[in-house]
Amino acid sequence: MAAVAETTTVRPERRRPSFGRIVAWTVMAAIVLITLVPFYWILRTALSSNPGLNAQPADPLPVDLTLGGFERALGLQSAEEAVAQGGAGGGLKFWRYLLNSVLVSTLITTCQIFFSAMAAYAFARLRWRGRDTVFALFLAGLMVPTIFTLLPNFVLIKELGLVDNLLGIALPTMFMTPFAVFFLRQFFMTIPKEVEEAALLDGAGKVRIFFRVLLPMASTPVMTLAVLTYITSWNDYFWPLMVSYSDSSRVLTVALAIFRAQTPQSGIDWSGLMAATLIAALPMLVLFGFFARRIVSSISFTGLK
Amino acid sequence: MTIASSSPPSRLPPGAAEGARTRPGKERAGAGEHRGDGRLAAVFIAPAMLGFLVFLLWPTLRGIYLSFTDFNLLTPEKWVGLDNYVRMVNDPIFWNSLWVTVEYVVLNIGVQTVAALAIAVLLQRLTQSSVLRGIVLAPYLMSNVVAGIVWLWILDTQLGIGNEIISGLGFDRIPFLADETWAIPTIALINVWRHVGYTALLLFAGLMAIPNDMYEAAKVDGASEWRMFWRITMPLLRPVLAVVLIMTVIGSFQVFDTVAVTTDGGPANATNVLQLYIYDSAFGRFQFGYASAMSVALLVVLSAITILQYRLTRAGQTDLG
Repeated sequence: MAAVAETTTVRPERRRPSFGRIVAWTVMAAIVLITLVPFYWILRTALSSNPGLNAQPADPLPVDLTLGGFERALGLQSAEEAVAQGGAGGGLKFWRYLLNSVLVSTLITTCQIFFSAMAAYAFARLRWRGRDTVFALFLAGLMVPTIFTLLPNFVLIKELGLVDNLLGIALPTMFMTPFAVFFLRQFFMTIPKEVEEAALLDGAGKVRIFFRVLLPMASTPVMTLAVLTYITSWNDYFWPLMVSYSDSSRVLTVALAIFRAQTPQSGIDWSGLMAATLIAALPMLVLFGFFARRIVSSISFTGLK
Repeated sequence: MTIASSSPPSRLPPGAAEGARTRPGKERAGAGEHRGDGRLAAVFIAPAMLGFLVFLLWPTLRGIYLSFTDFNLLTPEKWVGLDNYVRMVNDPIFWNSLWVTVEYVVLNIGVQTVAALAIAVLLQRLTQSSVLRGIVLAPYLMSNVVAGIVWLWILDTQLGIGNEIISGLGFDRIPFLADETWAIPTIALINVWRHVGYTALLLFAGLMAIPNDMYEAAKVDGASEWRMFWRITMPLLRPVLAVVLIMTVIGSFQVFDTVAVTTDGGPANATNVLQLYIYDSAFGRFQFGYASAMSVALLVVLSAITILQYRLTRAGQTDLG
């Protein structure tokens, strides 16, 4: 991080390479390598066979190129076949878990952002008694660590009879998070009053203004929040682990941890495990592929709040 | 992950700060414009309020209450006063868990903050490439579970490529996750790998708020890049850095997933972090009262650290302007 750039206008190709810049780029290259190599190693292992991995652990290319790992992870092999190839015999009901993950994450993201946006609008744009007090209370909620509410929430979900139910997984974060409300309120406050006033003069009601004018104007922060919320709820493990017991409500993260725990006699089924890992991570990687630029600038945007 | 700061860093859109200070009485619009606002607000707030009361406020209060009871989910809770807390104070595993967690947090935050700062500064001073920013963020897309399993494989003592390289270089193989000394540092570094890109981008956003002409002026005065880092970047980034630090410390105190899939607390409680012990007490032994008491302890520790950090780092103040 020492002597790096020569000037602040960034035109790398115009600058003569100094010692400092070479060092800096080398460090950057090392960072990229450490970041990306594990991704390649997942793929390489997933495409190898277990005996092959034992024989040539350091081969940079897949050993005995095979799709066996993926077949096992997807539950396409019979139990005998799987055990013969070094698997545990119990595969993943991948499509079920994928569907569960999609349903839960979509439900949480859609509802949380919609309800939070409504609340944020009321905090930012409407005048009512006790507004500042209620908002301060919401903000205080940011201080409560998630772990703290998990045990009582579990007890509550159990009392509601929603254990092992997708709704039970979604409920606690479906209505709001203090962060979502805070984040969107910040945005609504930046919209000039004139926008609303003009619409009011045209005879539109406030509900209409919110849905037709303000919400569309907020599409960028809403997208930002949506992407972050989706990633967070997709990757969540602790809460779904508590609430789900069977395939009917199992999400990918939990299924993957269970697949990992099923160690066969012959040692861990690395090939199958890496295939499962890749399959579990793939949807987020694809999402990232589509929204990369947006996600990256999104997080920069969040950072300012 | 969330960031909260009661007075946000300086580069907010101009309207935001004014809006925050607006009190009902000072609003310039006529009263008629706000007729019916109260009723509409009640409707608009209702769902979020329901979520807040039922899944945030109520569980917080209930968690505190449960910590004073004996509760196993099957029979009604029984008030036992401070019993759970007395037990906690005398429980060597609790203290071990707390200590292991602190050890993890210190390692994780120390390495992550320095690495994220280095990445952010490199991104700022070296290139504007959004592809590089995307690459740095990639591990954040994986869940802790995936990251844990991948590194479990890479660091496997017998077959992992990490140990293959170490042994290829002529060193002894390291049982990264199976050894009491190595396990916590290893888990800390795995989580650095997953989170450092996100943290770096938050800091990068803070860096972008520093006016470029400051660097140009310093250049004209002949300042070196190193000097500019300490005299311009660090002081001006401080408020953002402070907020990011508070946020990452809170987050890393809640480590669970990675430990659960890699070592599951072992070997010999060496990685039995507080969260794992709480989870195990609740769901392994159905001691919900005791688990709640430990959650309260964690809440107290976290609140104390947050307040302390906020004071020490003057997180709410900016040096800009």
